[in-house]
Amino acid sequence: MSKDLSDVIGRVLPAPENFLSPEKLEAARKARRRFMGNALAMGAGVAASTAAATRAMAAEGEEAILKLPEHSTGLGQSVVTDGYGKPSKWEANLQRRQSPGLTRVNQASVSFTPLQGLFGIITPSGLHFERHHQGWWDIDPSKHRLMVNGLVKRQRVFTMDDLMRLPSVSRIHFIECGANTATEWGNVAVPSVQYTHGMTSCSEFTGVLLSTLLEMCGVDKKNGKFVLAEGADGSSMTRTIDMDRAMDDCIVAWAMNGEMLRPENGYPLRLVVPGVQGVSWVKYLRRIEVGDQKYATKDEAVHYIDHMPDGTHRQYTGIQECKSVITTPSGSQTLLDKGYYNVTGLAWSGRGAIKRVDVSVDGGRNWRTARLEGPVLPKAFTRFNIDWVWDGKPAILQSRAIDSTGYVQPKINQLRAVRGTRSVYHQNAIQSWLVSENGEVSNVQVF
Amino acid sequence: MGRDATPAEVKAWDIDVRPDFKGLPAGAGSVSLGETVWEGKCASCHGTFGESNEVFTPIIGGTTKDDIKTGRVKGLEEGKSIVPQKTTFMKVATLSTVWDYINRAMPWNAPKTLKTDEVYGVTAYLLNLAEIVPGDFTLSDKNIAEVQKRMPNRNGMAFYEPMWKVNGKGDVKNVACMKNCAIDPVVHSSLPAFARDAHGNIAEQNRVVGPVRGADTTKPEPKGPVGSGPAPKAVVVAAAPSGDAAVKALLASNACTACHGVKNKIVGPGFNEIAAKHKGRADQEAYLTGKIKAGGTGVWGSVPMPPQAQLSDADAKAIAQWIAAGAP
Repeated sequence: MSKDLSDVIGRVLPAPENFLSPEKLEAARKARRRFMGNALAMGAGVAASTAAATRAMAAEGEEAILKLPEHSTGLGQSVVTDGYGKPSKWEANLQRRQSPGLTRVNQASVSFTPLQGLFGIITPSGLHFERHHQGWWDIDPSKHRLMVNGLVKRQRVFTMDDLMRLPSVSRIHFIECGANTATEWGNVAVPSVQYTHGMTSCSEFTGVLLSTLLEMCGVDKKNGKFVLAEGADGSSMTRTIDMDRAMDDCIVAWAMNGEMLRPENGYPLRLVVPGVQGVSWVKYLRRIEVGDQKYATKDEAVHYIDHMPDGTHRQYTGIQECKSVITTPSGSQTLLDKGYYNVTGLAWSGRGAIKRVDVSVDGGRNWRTARLEGPVLPKAFTRFNIDWVWDGKPAILQSRAIDSTGYVQPKINQLRAVRGTRSVYHQNAIQSWLVSENGEVSNVQVF
Repeated sequence: MGRDATPAEVKAWDIDVRPDFKGLPAGAGSVSLGETVWEGKCASCHGTFGESNEVFTPIIGGTTKDDIKTGRVKGLEEGKSIVPQKTTFMKVATLSTVWDYINRAMPWNAPKTLKTDEVYGVTAYLLNLAEIVPGDFTLSDKNIAEVQKRMPNRNGMAFYEPMWKVNGKGDVKNVACMKNCAIDPVVHSSLPAFARDAHGNIAEQNRVVGPVRGADTTKPEPKGPVGSGPAPKAVVVAAAPSGDAAVKALLASNACTACHGVKNKIVGPGFNEIAAKHKGRADQEAYLTGKIKAGGTGVWGSVPMPPQAQLSDADAKAIAQWIAAGAP
């Protein structure tokens, strides 16, 4: 920890509730005293000691301490007031949100996770980003079926009862939409990390390994080069998965963060394809087909393809490469004061675990290595943080992640040099946040 | 665990069509059959000629006769596009994809309801709009492979294995320089001032305690240095009321929201616009109930609203009451 820390920790802002300037505070006190005085003059029955007591408190210390709040002097609520607990009412600002103007149809749209206000590596299920292609459903699990067909010895049908009896794994993985951060390919377009990076979340998923199911059905290992995953919703999303992936760490999952999947995230069954873009994590999974060729489905032949400078499109680019972003302080947040900050953010890689994260406060000229908060898991969010003492001058914050393959997160100009500016997907460039002298943080591109 | 799938079950679900046309059911559909289906079930979102950018991105446009010869769409090269945005037929290399997707997911609010021949017809109609087949053409399982050879962007896809394989190397390199690294110390791009509040008031999208607050984006940026003005006021904004949940469920289950937004026009007017138009009308509820049940055209433009005969009178009335109350 930096030695400057001792100078700044515990620095109290001159206001009991942290939002009034000293002048305003004094004005408020005066007004209250005037009111009290008037009330007395009008014989409103206020004890004469009150105004004096208020004055005394201001001199002696903070009201928040000296005047016991009702929760210290009253009876609170009973158990099971709410059979499924909810966040505090004070946390209501943190919501999944849409990005205005991004899509025109709400059933084929996306909502963004408020990364700017989250901690650690697990995304609360209710704040998990959503991406629907033809609206979401809440499906009766007793009627849901999973079929395995194609190049297998035994074409089989499984109920949820069957699947949930099988040997399960529980693993923490990130899911990131292939189009996450797409708004920033050409220039800065959105204000905050919720909208630049919010199409990603990280959860613990529980289910049966896809390889277990494929082995049970007698998969043809010689000819079966690919599997097709298909959903049961209107879009019946279909995605080609490489057999190596399918037999490695893909999970046919029914649970997320200790409870069944949320309907918006595929209840009662979804595919988990660690490290691969979210669209392959087929929701409402109804079918797995084993085949010997790729399928060129709509979302791998028209969308989720990368427009290259020579006019070709890259097809079947599924891996979400190493990426990181600072979440606090981040775009459209405002620092309250100069002094010490614990700069923190998230790093992840679809190719393995995070090895190191470096942070710059001068736009990428000099870097320091950040602390990794545990746990550090493959194909999962890793939380990093680092000390920074802000002197009040303009600063440009960046984070740069390195994964277990040695790959270093690129700068936006390096990405553009290879892929041009007309691409949409797989934008994993270093993100810059400009801290201005007024304390506000804004989204900028510096490289 | 599990049981064997019956042949009928596999047939019911195994609907995918591969680029080599494996999985394509036998059948045929003419351009004119396709046109009929299109006018009734597709044009309201995609436009009469598949050109509409109103609801979804355009399907047709931006391809040329020369592209059909070369199999590469010239308009995909830098600065060469002849249309404002990329269309489906500029991009798609495989005709199987078009057939499969229409069969699987269209129409938008009633997927998987087209008959096999209608899917052939609609595909033929699109091929004709894209000038790939003539107006008297009938597309079938017998000739679809021939038509594939005329797809404008059939040679436009590249496979780059490192972005497909998890152990690939990636294509963009950076090095982990630590000191005095070469940078161009200018801000190349930032958010323009007019867009400051385009995503709402960010003060209402951040926590009320902690090291930072959300900036009040309803006001210009503060002028003085940090701490010189009043610190941002911490506000908690309750989530928007969800309105009448039962009505919302009706709207979703009857696909009303495919065409009407609560606060925005999609294909038809937003529910709030309908509420505003008929506000103060004495028979508003009865009028709206009738409109919902019988459908109509001309009040809001030329796109017809189909009759919603499947709704019970009680449900139609509940929706009408909700609209009359301002579509909260």
